[in-house]
Amino acid sequence: MKEPKTPAAVCCYHCGQDCGDHPLHVHEKDFCCQGCIAVYEILNQSGMCDYYTLTHTPGTSQKIKVRPDKFRFLDEAGIHDSLISYCDNTQTHITFYLPQIHCSSCLWLLENLHRLNGHILSSRVNFSRKEVSVVFTHDQVSLRGVAELLTSIGYEPYISLQQLSKRKRFFDRSKVFKLGVAGFCFANIMLFSFPEYLGIDANEQNLVGVFRHLNFALSLPVLLFSASEFYISAWKSLKHGVLNIDAPIVLATLVTVGRSVYEMATGTGGGYFDSMTGIIFFMLIGRILQQRTYEQLDFERDYTSYFPVAVTRIADHTEQIITLPDIRLNDTLLLHSQELIPADGILTKGRAVIDYSFVTGESVPVVKEMGEIVYAGGKQLEANIELLVIKEVNQSYLTRLWNNHRSAEKNMQRSFVNLLSRYFTLILFFIAALAVTYWSVHDAARIWNVLTAILIVACPCALLLSNTFTNGNILRILGNNGFYLKNAQVIEDIAQTDHIVFDKTGTLTISRQPDIEYEGKPLIPSVRYRVASLASQSIHPVSRSIAAWIGGEGRMAVQAYKEIPGKGIEGFVGNDLVSLGSAGFVHAEPVSDPAKSAVFLSIEGQLWGVFHLKNRYRDHIPDLLQTLKGKYGITILSGDNAAERPYLQKMLGQETEMLFNQGPEQKMNYIRALQQQGKKVMMVGDGLNDAGALQQADAGIAVSDSHNNFTPASDGIIQAEQLPLMNRFIRLCHANRKVVLIAFVVSILYNIVGLFFAVQGALSPMIAAILMPASSLSILLISFGTSNLIAAKWKLVRNTKN
Amino acid sequence: MSVIIVLIFASLSIALFFLGAFIWNIRKGQYDDHTGASLRILFDDNKENEVSNH
Repeated sequence: MKEPKTPAAVCCYHCGQDCGDHPLHVHEKDFCCQGCIAVYEILNQSGMCDYYTLTHTPGTSQKIKVRPDKFRFLDEAGIHDSLISYCDNTQTHITFYLPQIHCSSCLWLLENLHRLNGHILSSRVNFSRKEVSVVFTHDQVSLRGVAELLTSIGYEPYISLQQLSKRKRFFDRSKVFKLGVAGFCFANIMLFSFPEYLGIDANEQNLVGVFRHLNFALSLPVLLFSASEFYISAWKSLKHGVLNIDAPIVLATLVTVGRSVYEMATGTGGGYFDSMTGIIFFMLIGRILQQRTYEQLDFERDYTSYFPVAVTRIADHTEQIITLPDIRLNDTLLLHSQELIPADGILTKGRAVIDYSFVTGESVPVVKEMGEIVYAGGKQLEANIELLVIKEVNQSYLTRLWNNHRSAEKNMQRSFVNLLSRYFTLILFFIAALAVTYWSVHDAARIWNVLTAILIVACPCALLLSNTFTNGNILRILGNNGFYLKNAQVIEDIAQTDHIVFDKTGTLTISRQPDIEYEGKPLIPSVRYRVASLASQSIHPVSRSIAAWIGGEGRMAVQAYKEIPGKGIEGFVGNDLVSLGSAGFVHAEPVSDPAKSAVFLSIEGQLWGVFHLKNRYRDHIPDLLQTLKGKYGITILSGDNAAERPYLQKMLGQETEMLFNQGPEQKMNYIRALQQQGKKVMMVGDGLNDAGALQQADAGIAVSDSHNNFTPASDGIIQAEQLPLMNRFIRLCHANRKVVLIAFVVSILYNIVGLFFAVQGALSPMIAAILMPASSLSILLISFGTSNLIAAKWKLVRNTKN
Repeated sequence: MSVIIVLIFASLSIALFFLGAFIWNIRKGQYDDHTGASLRILFDDNKENEVSNH
């Protein structure tokens, strides 16, 4: 573990990070880097230092410099036109995604952009989506200028390939309109129905007619507009030859309306308009609760939301900017530092130090020499490189893997609720048939009456209500605990899981600095300085980790420095020959530990000690695996070498399967093989190399670290620090079905009471009007109450974070 | 008696007005960003009256 260097660390005035040993002073304030100072000075000059008073240290670290011409591609007309949302003679509207937005200072600064540049007419932040919409006069300032202004104040826009395709995410508001209309009509119909229920004066009978006609008129918008999605869904399912829960609901609704219109026309009764509109109102609430979306999350993310818009191509010694889809085979691409590799290629110039953490979850960068193949998805960390494209963007290793499995659409109609509603409806049809036979013998005039009453009661809306309300509440509880599901179906998928597959790197382990353990002769300061000075000469990730672990003080000059790729480094530091490297390199005995990541240190040819680099597991992961082990089959799939096998075997026992050196395709095939054995598989992973497996699994859960906003497409996203609670989350999903069933049984009791009256031909609108809301409300109470109780039992009570 | 009918239509039209207001609210996107609005209201208008540009 690395200890903080000084007990009272100086924090940067801008970003709040530790300034280290040499804080920079400007205006009697401490800063960690030139980048943070630059932002401060811009704000200070415009008198906008309120930014720093609204929130303490609101900025984000500016240590990684943005390349000055990074946004040059915004000058290209084609790219410019496809990014902007509106443009007329003078104004242009653009929406940028700024992942840095996190506090009220951000909001304040971004909405005051016009004070920094007068040609920006207005800017509006959507906080939950982390977006800012800017309106500017394009004669005075260009799109690139706006992007660069945002970058200069520390909010670099994230522009991805996805924005070119114009796939806009937006919340479907039509359901809310439908709900509003249904609520309005329902409430008014209730009011107009009261006089009749309470017994209206006989000499005011003409009022009754007015009320009935008003009710009818008010029920029309509900019938024609609010309920439309039930018709569509029922029709779709009938076309596919399946009977889903909406079909009997539509039947009941239509029968109710038919009978009510008949009663109204013949003057025999007031009809059931209030019950009909009420039930549709409640069902819509349930559906909206269940479909609650998480604005800041995108479950359908593919590689386009991660890849940049444009890249530099070198043709005939000139640089030109092209969009990613225009990259062709044998193009030579110039990649600047911090740029993403967009297509598989051969390194032709420079030395690549590539961070594949998004792809593999592994934080230690990979070094590639000239002539080696680099795969798309990694980020170049060092100086510029050039590469020769050998696969086009959508043909590259990772993107192809993604495209292949996108077609594997998951069937949405498989919920147990649909099955249950089918039996329920069949039983009620059977009862209806019995009742009709009975009355055809005794009093044929009442058949019609009885039949319609039974069909009205036969509506499985109680089941739909209990299901949607329970699902909605469980989604909410999970969301409050940092576990976000794509939709309600995932709850059932998780509950059915009997095998859990974990990715290792980045999922079970932390994808930041590895743990370093040192053993050997004590690292006295003079040795420490020597080792650190030598290690900091190399850009090899392992050397860097060691240098970082030792700390930055007391650097000395290194002479005759030598680096032998794949072996180690050595050099004279303060007249001593210091060597760092593999056992063979320093002529030491290899240790018995099979872990490959052991680095040996020798000084003047004498073995001094060994550094062990280890994966650092997230907190409480061993506990989680211990708990899950007994109940589910567990597999660990890792793209890494088997160095961690002994540790994991000790934790999980010999019988647990562990596969190492697994490529993305192999991971996916492994899951498919499990499914062919009839297992329901949940996959927990984090990187793009898990994308195929996440898609293939019955429930694919992506782990998201707070510092990484990007997760591959999945059925659910879990915040990394909440992963240890996985066991409880699964149990809550198990409880879902029970709660739905309890609420359903209670509502069946109401149905039995209703049926009791209905088969006798005595279901008056009054009883219907009491039974319907009463049953809806008790379902609501039961599903909310029970699921909250269960959540409290598993200590998943509301987390104050959201 | 007839006064009741007048009252009913009056109340209905008021209710319709609110339904219209609700639909207009949603259309305008006033419920799209809850967090932003709750932060924005706490900002002081500054001297140049620059802040309120909406």
